[in-house]
Amino acid sequence: MNETLLDIAGLTVRFGGTTAVSDVFLTVARGEAVGIVGESGSGKSAAMLAAIRLHPPGTGIETERHVLGGEDVRNATEGKMRSLRGRFVAMVFQDPLSALNPLLPVGVQIAEVLMRHRRLGRRMAHLEARALLTRVGIADAAAHEHRYPHEFSGGQRQRVMIASALAGDPALRIADEPTTALDVTVQAQLARLIVQLQRERQMGLIWVTHDLALMAGIVDRVVVMYAGRIMEMAPAGALYFAPRHPYTVALLASLPRLDRKRSPVLPGAPAPPGGVAQPGCPFAPRCSKRIDKCDEVPPLLEIGESLAACWALA
Amino acid sequence: MTRIAKLLRHRIAGGTILGGLGGLLLVCAVLAAAAAPVLAPYRPTDIDLRQRLLPPSWDAGGNMLHMLGTDNVGRDILSRIIWGARISLSVGLAASCLGALVGSTLGLCAGFFGGWTDRAVSWLIDVQLAFPFTLFAIFLLAVFGGGFMPVVAVLSLATWVNFARVVRSQALSLRAQDYLLAARAVGVGTPRILRRYLLPAVLPSIVVVASFSAAQAILTQAALSFLGIGVDPTVPSWGTMLDLGRNYLQTAWWMATFPGIAIALTVLGANLVGDWLSLRLDPRGS
Repeated sequence: MNETLLDIAGLTVRFGGTTAVSDVFLTVARGEAVGIVGESGSGKSAAMLAAIRLHPPGTGIETERHVLGGEDVRNATEGKMRSLRGRFVAMVFQDPLSALNPLLPVGVQIAEVLMRHRRLGRRMAHLEARALLTRVGIADAAAHEHRYPHEFSGGQRQRVMIASALAGDPALRIADEPTTALDVTVQAQLARLIVQLQRERQMGLIWVTHDLALMAGIVDRVVVMYAGRIMEMAPAGALYFAPRHPYTVALLASLPRLDRKRSPVLPGAPAPPGGVAQPGCPFAPRCSKRIDKCDEVPPLLEIGESLAACWALA
Repeated sequence: MTRIAKLLRHRIAGGTILGGLGGLLLVCAVLAAAAAPVLAPYRPTDIDLRQRLLPPSWDAGGNMLHMLGTDNVGRDILSRIIWGARISLSVGLAASCLGALVGSTLGLCAGFFGGWTDRAVSWLIDVQLAFPFTLFAIFLLAVFGGGFMPVVAVLSLATWVNFARVVRSQALSLRAQDYLLAARAVGVGTPRILRRYLLPAVLPSIVVVASFSAAQAILTQAALSFLGIGVDPTVPSWGTMLDLGRNYLQTAWWMATFPGIAIALTVLGANLVGDWLSLRLDPRGS
């Protein structure tokens, strides 16, 4: 068994009166890639920010277990978390233009992480930053390191983000929709780069996205979230070939395909951010397999290799 | 012809001409202050009772030796104005810098940390704004005595609020930026975020506010000198000259008028430069 990097259980996140995430659990081992899929507002980003304790102030988070890098971080101080962030776990954000400091050259931003976490001197840090930029596929890094974020194209910028998340040589990387803001061809290149780096360095990877198709072939395991809850968790193969939960089935069916004129659309509207008002399964109002029992919250049931939260499968 | 007109309109709209004028006024004032011993034809404290109350050179009875006339004890007005620039500018600059330092730090912390820090700073700002400042300044200086540092400190009490308010509101909106979250996600510490990520973003506003605050400080300092609680009564300053000239307004208008013009032009210069800077540095302005 590989070393467990992140082990979180019973995660609940509340913003004011609304519950954004309820009872989510997740483990990631070294060398493993886990995908988290969900619509906007399904709580996937909120869950990941809570996992590295970067949730906005005023957010209530509860966990039954929260182990990061072999340490219980449930009561960790901000200073402790800061030493973990970047060094042990790093995050790549969706929009690299707003996630990079517009007032600092990119080389300086990467070098800062290197100086902090790897204790490199300024000169060494800049050399290393250049090497990292080259590694993520930025040609002529020596010239580019002095440029500001706005001088890069979208794809280049995301490469810079990836380089800065690599700088601390973290064991675990969380990528929050890293390719969503990019066009399709660049998306594929970057997805390949992220996976390559993950394999090369035997990192753990959590890939958050709303794009099921993109993740096929990248991740080992997929977590499907809806309205802040885990609907299904399964090895990638099982999920794509034998989806269990009606939501997963509907999601996969709705993917556009070239051999079909029109894909079926999920009925109804997505759950409002912050959870559903009615008790029971949050997906029930849109579910074709709804039964009376759906008024209660379904537990995660083990079906083959998969875990699915659905009464209809019981 | 149209090209020149267009260029001119552009320059006016962009504030370049007025900004240049303001810069010119400020440069003159700075030059006067820096080179006072060389520029001033007389020492500012030289008394010549035979030459008292001489009108300016172009007026009947004036002479070229005293371009702007002399005061009631025969001191050369021009020389005193040139020397007086030292006090005005140094006090204005110092009060503006001290205010910038204190106000920006407090504003940055208030905006970034929010919560009780923000409430405390906002409360301080409100308290400060609630005081009638000139009265407050008179009270403080009367109690603690005048002098360069006390005057600067008291004037900073007025200027820091300008910085704190502007910087706080900017920090407040910057706090929600993704790049701050991203920086924290790779482990950048709070002091570093404040210094490297927030400060450069608010610096343009600080510069703009600084020029307006300097103008405000120069004006207030002159007012305080006028009321006799200035830096040092023996050192010539524009405010004390005004005060002295007030008694001779009927008979020797030049004693109060020229220092008044000096104050007006310097303050105008600082304000014009401030306007120009705010146009140039505001990322939203074209």
